[in-house]
Amino acid sequence: MNSASMPHGLKLVLIAVFIFLYIPIAVLVALSFNEGGLPTAWSGFSLKWYAALAGNRAILSAAFNTLIVALISTTVATLLGTLLALGMEVRRRRGRMLEALVFAPMIIPDIVLAIALLSFFSMLDMPMGLHTIIMAHVVFNLAFVCSVVRARLKSFDWSIIEASADLGASGVTTFRRVTLPVILPAVIAGALLAFTLSVDEFIIAFFTAGAGRSSTTLPMQIYSMIRFGITPEINALASIVMAVSVTALALSQRLNRGVIAS
Amino acid sequence: MSAKATLLGIDQVNKRFGAVTALDAVSIDIRENEFFALLGPSGCGKTTLLRILAGFEMPSEGRILLDGNDIARVPPNRRPVNLMFQSYALFPHMTVRANISYGLEMERLPAAEIRSRVDAMLETTQLAGLADRKPDQLSGGQKQRVALARALVKRPRLLLLDEPLGALDKKLRGAMQLELKRLQHEVGITFVVVTHDQEEALVMADRVAVLRNGRLLQCDTPHAIYERPADRFVADFIGVMNFLPGRANGDGLDLASGAKVSGAVPANLAAGAAAVAAVRPERIALFPTEPTENRVRGTVEALAYHGLDLQVHIRTDACPAPFTIRLTADAADRRPPRVGESVEAGWSAADTRIFPE
Repeated sequence: MNSASMPHGLKLVLIAVFIFLYIPIAVLVALSFNEGGLPTAWSGFSLKWYAALAGNRAILSAAFNTLIVALISTTVATLLGTLLALGMEVRRRRGRMLEALVFAPMIIPDIVLAIALLSFFSMLDMPMGLHTIIMAHVVFNLAFVCSVVRARLKSFDWSIIEASADLGASGVTTFRRVTLPVILPAVIAGALLAFTLSVDEFIIAFFTAGAGRSSTTLPMQIYSMIRFGITPEINALASIVMAVSVTALALSQRLNRGVIAS
Repeated sequence: MSAKATLLGIDQVNKRFGAVTALDAVSIDIRENEFFALLGPSGCGKTTLLRILAGFEMPSEGRILLDGNDIARVPPNRRPVNLMFQSYALFPHMTVRANISYGLEMERLPAAEIRSRVDAMLETTQLAGLADRKPDQLSGGQKQRVALARALVKRPRLLLLDEPLGALDKKLRGAMQLELKRLQHEVGITFVVVTHDQEEALVMADRVAVLRNGRLLQCDTPHAIYERPADRFVADFIGVMNFLPGRANGDGLDLASGAKVSGAVPANLAAGAAAVAAVRPERIALFPTEPTENRVRGTVEALAYHGLDLQVHIRTDACPAPFTIRLTADAADRRPPRVGESVEAGWSAADTRIFPE
């Protein structure tokens, strides 16, 4: 945006909006380094709350669970979502119905999806735990990966696939050496987006985790800690989650920009 | 040119897409080491035929014989046939060298042989300095040469080229026509080029097949197609032609204007049937000094100077469109025509072709 051409009044509004958006986050991050631990007074810089995190077994186990859920659901969703995107583009003439169905999980409110998945798993009498969270996360991650990869495929030159066959390559070789390398930035961007969404997803994980503490994810752990008041430890934890998400998201967007530019 | 063995036989090939017939009983023999052109307007079926030869489409009926073996159902990656795509279809994530090596790697050749063959091909196509570039760092003409090198390096029995010069500007196209011909001569591979540009086909090809609406109209040398077109469409599609409508009589045509045109009447044309007489602009003499069978009178309507020649457009009763005459620079200097001038033009019966309307 060209801010130089913007009237002063609008510029002020813009700054106010950004302050409103980011002050709470800035305060959170700042307090996570606050030695005293009181939200009202700054008593000096310290990393002790981060150190305390490292000693909290419940938090460490929740972080481990979150990582497991995010990695597996991202991997599965990336594989399926990429293949789905390719299949949909190849057979684009087969109507728009499939498209609407694939992207529904992106639009349906999380709470609805969460209730639906919970009743589905109970109907099947399926014991719930990390595996059900993973399955649930695959459902919405697949839609996101698929949409990112499809956007890339819109500008894909399909004649290079024929060229590869013409030069003697089998279908598998063509996928490995031509199709995949060309769409890879979009696939990685989709995977990073999926990873980010999975790491801080709360509602669906909460509904599909089952009763045991063994399947508590990080957002669920924070939620349970927060019931006893916000501690500096939570600030530190939230800061770390945010750093991971923002990094993954920034990488994803960067890759996607490269895709669009090429 | 000596008679050469048939390399590729296209035998009674039909292709239908649903209710649409793209190719209708097309039979063509393409000879060893030939530069062959498939020519026709868009939608004539030439691209479909090329894709059948490459293996991307299967004929609904008919055979594709390569060295006598039917390859109509052999997939593209198992045919000794390569295609240079109209869009070039270069792999965007590979360098020029990797693009050219790709086809040889698929043949699992030793690395040293791949290297030397790619080097030789880079040399032949004058790409040696660009080997490490990616396709998006190349100009249109350079991309075209990479696409050509990538197909040629496999030493196919048959190289197919889909509108190879279509994406180049006019000046570069002229140079590349000669370049392609030189290259074809040098590598000794049979080329089949698809084009809608009749001039391109005449300049490059040893033989040309003219297609229209999925049917083969004529297959012959450029000279024969230009001088002895098989029908009215070919006569009109190739070069410039004057058409004089009328009705057939025993030894020519009675024009609507009352004048007569002499020329050989094809056997299948009954006396009194609607027909056209056709004559090339360069076969017509303006201010004829020698007696010729055919004469037309009219008024000079416009002059178009082309450097080498002068095109004179004459308004006459004999034909609805302006009657076009091409004068050589010499002839135009000897007796320059003037716009508005009343003139006479003459040509011989031997230069007249008569087609059913």
